[in-house]
Amino acid sequence: MIVRILGEGQFRVGDDAAAKLTTLDRELDAAVHGEDEAAFTAALRAAVQEVRTEGTPVGDDELVPADFILPFSDASLAEVRKLLADGTISDSIGLP
Amino acid sequence: MSVMKRVSLIFRAKADKALDKLEDPRETLDYSYKQQVEMLTRVRRGVADVATSRKRVELQMNSLQKEIGKRDTQARDALGKGREDLARAALQNKGQLQAQYADLETQFAQLQEQEEKLTVASQRLDARVQAFRTRKETIKATYTAAEAQTRINEAFSGISEEMGDIGLAIQRAEDKTAQMQARAGAIDELLASGALEDHVSGGTDYIQAELDKIGAGSDVDSEIARMKGEIASSAPKQLEANANGQGSAASAEAEPSEAAEERAGDGS
Repeated sequence: MIVRILGEGQFRVGDDAAAKLTTLDRELDAAVHGEDEAAFTAALRAAVQEVRTEGTPVGDDELVPADFILPFSDASLAEVRKLLADGTISDSIGLP
Repeated sequence: MSVMKRVSLIFRAKADKALDKLEDPRETLDYSYKQQVEMLTRVRRGVADVATSRKRVELQMNSLQKEIGKRDTQARDALGKGREDLARAALQNKGQLQAQYADLETQFAQLQEQEEKLTVASQRLDARVQAFRTRKETIKATYTAAEAQTRINEAFSGISEEMGDIGLAIQRAEDKTAQMQARAGAIDELLASGALEDHVSGGTDYIQAELDKIGAGSDVDSEIARMKGEIASSAPKQLEANANGQGSAASAEAEPSEAAEERAGDGS
């Protein structure tokens, strides 16, 4: 499956990494709901690290949408809450 | 639902919404390409802005470093003149400047990292825009409208995600740069107004004025004490030099002979 890390591009990851990412994704979700900044940062860092080390960058000529998208590696909990709440990719940004 | 899936759906929804608005799929391609080229320009400008901010912070670091050095000299000077109170004031101010320097150092590292990431992202977008351009011409030439639609949707969603990603990255960079510029502006003003020198009680202008007064000879006792101290600390060296025969005259003669040796070396 293809995972994008915001700011770093898309990566293709295998099943093992995908399984780990699913677990980390649940932790991310719990942290967002519980407003637990420390847990959020830890899960995000672990997920980003997993994708960076286990994934292979998707070729630049391969124009496909990702299955999953991870926030910016240094994103704060507040930033991600905002992104999830109002999809703060404003219409003026990039998407024609 | 999972965080990662929700974020991807947000991007997908944006692309779908844009696609729905367009009637002729071939028009979509040209229109989208135009947007991509505009985005590339914006990204390159963003990278340049971050670089400018980084350089500005670097200049400020240099200025602060000089100020810190100045306080250090003042403190030594004051101690030499027996004015521990002035030395303390200068060192207190030095500590504050050092804290400010450390803050700038952090900003500098952040800007540098951001600049590197954006540069890579802009290169990636550039490559993908070129890929899209090729794909667009192929699609236009080869496929019937119905077939084209499917292929266009995929390519369009792919490039939209890339554009949304870098769009967010640029927006973050712009926000951070604006914040840093505001802080940098404040420090520039402080440096220019000399307020950095004044914001300790007593201020360093006061320190300098006091030191100048002493320097002008109003505190003869401490001057004498300082000179005595200097003589005491340099006396052993002089004795040693004298023991070797010629004292300071020897070192004055050493230079020309070294130069002569160098010239001789060049010739051979």
